[in-house]
Formats: sequence, structure tokens, C-alpha cells
Amino acid sequence: MTRPVLLALATIIGLAAASGAFAPTTAGAKPISYKLPDRAVEFKPGPNLDVVKANCTACHSADYVQTQPRGPKFKKDFWQAEVNKMIKVYGAPIAEADVGKIVDYLTATY
Amino acid sequence: MLDRREMLKRVGAGLALGATASLTPFKAFALDSVTLPFDNGERPLVKYPQKRLMIGQTSRPPQLETPFSVFNEGPITPNDAFFVRYHLADLPLNVDPDTFTLEIKGKVDHPLKLSLKDIKKMKATEIVAVNQCSGNSRGFFNPRVAGGQLGNGAMGNARWRGVPLKTVLDQAGVQQGAKQVVFGGMDGPVSDKTPDFAKALDIDHARDGEVMLAYLMNGQDLPFLNGFPLRLVVPGYYGTYWVKHLNEITVIDSIYDNFWMKTAYRIPDDACACVEPGTAPKATVPINRFNVRSFITNVADGAKVGIGGKLLKGIAFDGGTGIKKVEVSIDGGKTWKTARLGRDYGKYSFREWKIPVKLTAGPHELKVRATSNGGQVQPSEATWNPAGYMRNVIETVHVTAA
Repeated sequence: MTRPVLLALATIIGLAAASGAFAPTTAGAKPISYKLPDRAVEFKPGPNLDVVKANCTACHSADYVQTQPRGPKFKKDFWQAEVNKMIKVYGAPIAEADVGKIVDYLTATY
Repeated sequence: MLDRREMLKRVGAGLALGATASLTPFKAFALDSVTLPFDNGERPLVKYPQKRLMIGQTSRPPQLETPFSVFNEGPITPNDAFFVRYHLADLPLNVDPDTFTLEIKGKVDHPLKLSLKDIKKMKATEIVAVNQCSGNSRGFFNPRVAGGQLGNGAMGNARWRGVPLKTVLDQAGVQQGAKQVVFGGMDGPVSDKTPDFAKALDIDHARDGEVMLAYLMNGQDLPFLNGFPLRLVVPGYYGTYWVKHLNEITVIDSIYDNFWMKTAYRIPDDACACVEPGTAPKATVPINRFNVRSFITNVADGAKVGIGGKLLKGIAFDGGTGIKKVEVSIDGGKTWKTARLGRDYGKYSFREWKIPVKLTAGPHELKVRATSNGGQVQPSEATWNPAGYMRNVIETVHVTAA
């Protein structure tokens, strides 16, 4: 498709101001096999790291932890509440003995 | 659900940071990184299939934020730059549109199983509408709150094409006594102990003729990460209702009370959807319509600009009354001038605006304030709620003219 045609089509449907890469089509949808990029996001080194890896990474990547706010209000009570939420709300099968270890790791590391 | 269009009318004076990004080196997997302008705001720039470089909020499940400069490209957000938000990590990575079916069941006379072909044969409709994450801009909350720490890029505006949900519900024949319609997608939790993601709309809302089952976005198939092959479009409502990979519609005669409706995505039940910072609301309701917002898009916070004439540009939107007025201040909110509004793509769309200003030498606080047709005005002091939803304070961009 030549550029003038592309621009003309874009203008017709009122998208002249949008991206020049716009290529209108209503062709039938094709099967998709979507490949998520392999983005290894690691937990930081810290106490009980193995316990954390074993319990947390099945459902979410480490950046869920890494990006949380920091500061005095985001210490042990905050992480305890987060771990409780994972268990009570999201059904994480975390053994009783591991809860304290995970909270300690999160408090010490993030 | 409550309609807040008429209720939010707070005005004041305050300050917010624009979501500008400075490039700094980052880890090996990322091509680069940005630092969102709040503490712990460094994020990788990541490349996903069908997407350009996006701000990587989380990897599993994927959450991608739109770099703010995209909003200066035009009123329509390109598909490859549209934000991505999943809750649960089991994504339907292999979708065959030829075997895909949408089920309509529950309190209906004729339960249906529709193929994508069936849906595409129905009379199509189009709407330009903003989708915005409930927690867009959460990273700017003060005091900070838990959750996805987003800048201002968890929003986008697209031209959606599909069939009205009403058409499908009418075909199925909604029974007397129906109260809500529940929407489920093909994505799900990793553990069967985790509540699957599903959302509900009141039956009258679901049948308003605007709520849409969309299969095209800006004239193209939906990108996989935006819900291929079919998603719900709920104009004016927060993205949490725009269920992706939609394959299950259930009409019920009760109020849906799963975790995602009853516990999550709740806002304080008051006019501002806010409480005193650090306190808990007495009563809550499900989050619903957007409040009014506006942004300057062609000048970044901290920018150096020339002395003299400058054309300021930006966007504004609200939850569906449309934008009545956009005003701009170049003196920190002391005086305001009305901007010229751009082309009207409909009441659910971004509305572009522009205004020529003259900047004298030295620092300036640029502010933009939108008023909706419903009379809602952006507040000059940020409101607060425990979940970090619905930020809409007047935005401020600091520039220095030299």
C-alpha cells in the first residue's frame, strides 16, 4: 500500500492525526500463538530466598514486590498484610512455617 | 451503580508531577529503562510481540504502561502502544478464532453459543472511547498505597468496532427478574484456589446499547494482550469492567458478589470517592465512571523551553458527558485562559486542546484544568482513597524558559 493511499484511508475514518503506521483492515482474524518474552525478573538476594522463590513465583513475578512503595509504613506490618492477602484472598498454599520466613525476607530486602 | 458525573465538583489549589521519564541504564533483559517521577519509580522498557517499547510494570502476569509521549502523537492511542493489564497469570496464549465461542447463559430464554463469525455477521457499531485503569497514576498518591505503582500511562483511546451487548442479550432473551450480567474471559488464575477474574454490570447498563463486544480496535484485530479475539467495551467506565478474551456472559437475578466485585475495586461511597488520607472509608461501592482529567502532552516536566511564544497541547476526557472547557495557567494557577478544543470524536474520547502562550524568561508552573459537560471540574488538591483509584488532580508541568 502506498503512503498516499494509507494517508487517504486514515483521513476517511478520521484518524489523520493518529499514527502514520495505521493500516486499516477488517480481514478475518487468524489463529494466534502468542509468545511472551522471557523476562527473568529475579528476587533480590536475602534471607530465606529459597522459601520465597518456592512460594511466590508460581503466581507472580518478583517485580510485584520490587515496585511497591518504600518507607517506614512499608515494613513488617505491610508485608505481613500482603502475605496474609496472598493466602486468604488469592488462596496461596503457603505453609504456616513459611509465613514468618517470607515476611522476614520481604521486610529485610525491600 | 452510582453515577458520579454530577457529584464531583471539588475545586482547590495543589500540585502534581507530570509523568516524564528520564532514561537510565538498567538490567540486561530490558532494552532500557525509565524512571517514573515518584520514589522507587525505575521501570524497564520492554518489547512484547505486537507492542512497541513499553514501560514494564510487571512481567508475570504482564502489565505494560504506555510511555507518556505517545499521548502527544494524536487523539487515538496506537494499538502497539496501548496499555496492558492482567490480574492472573494463566493467559490463553493459543487462540483460534475459528473455534472460539462466546457463551450467553443464565437467566435467558435461549442460551447461545456464538462463534466469532456469528458475531461479525451481526450489525456492527463503532465508538471511540477511552479505557483507563482504575489505578492509573497510583504512584503519585500521597501517602503512597499498595498496588501497581503506575505513572499516568495506564490509559488509552481507541476506535472500537463490534456489536452492542444489547443485540446479543436481546437475541438470548433476558428473563424477568434479571439484575446483573457477569462477564468472564479465557484468562484465569494459576491456582484453582485463586478467585477467577469476572466482573458484573447492572442489567440496564448492560442493555444501554453502548456497552459493546469489540473485535476490532482502530480497524485491526485486537492485539493479543488487549483481549484478542473479543473484549467488552464499557464506555466511560474504568478498565476493570472491560473484560478481555471475553467468552462467557451470564445473566443473573442477584448482585454478583465475587472477590473482584465485592472486595476489590471498591471506592468510598461519597461524592469525591475519597477519604482523609490514611483513613478507611465507612462504606464503599464498586468503582464505576471515570472522573474528569486533562494533561499537557507536548511539554515534559522539567523541560527547558524558549522564551516567547509556545503552543501548548494536550488531551482531556471524562466519564461520558464530554469536555466542556479546558483552561490553562502558566502562572501556577493564579490566572487561567481557555484553550481551543480539537475535533470531537464523541463524548467518550480523548478531546485534544491547544493554546498559544507567551513565556517570559525564568521558571513557570503550567497547569491544565478540564470541566466536563456534566459540570465536574478537576480538583486542585489531590483526593485520596486507600486503593489508589481515580486520581484526577489538576496536573502541573514545571518548565524553565531561557
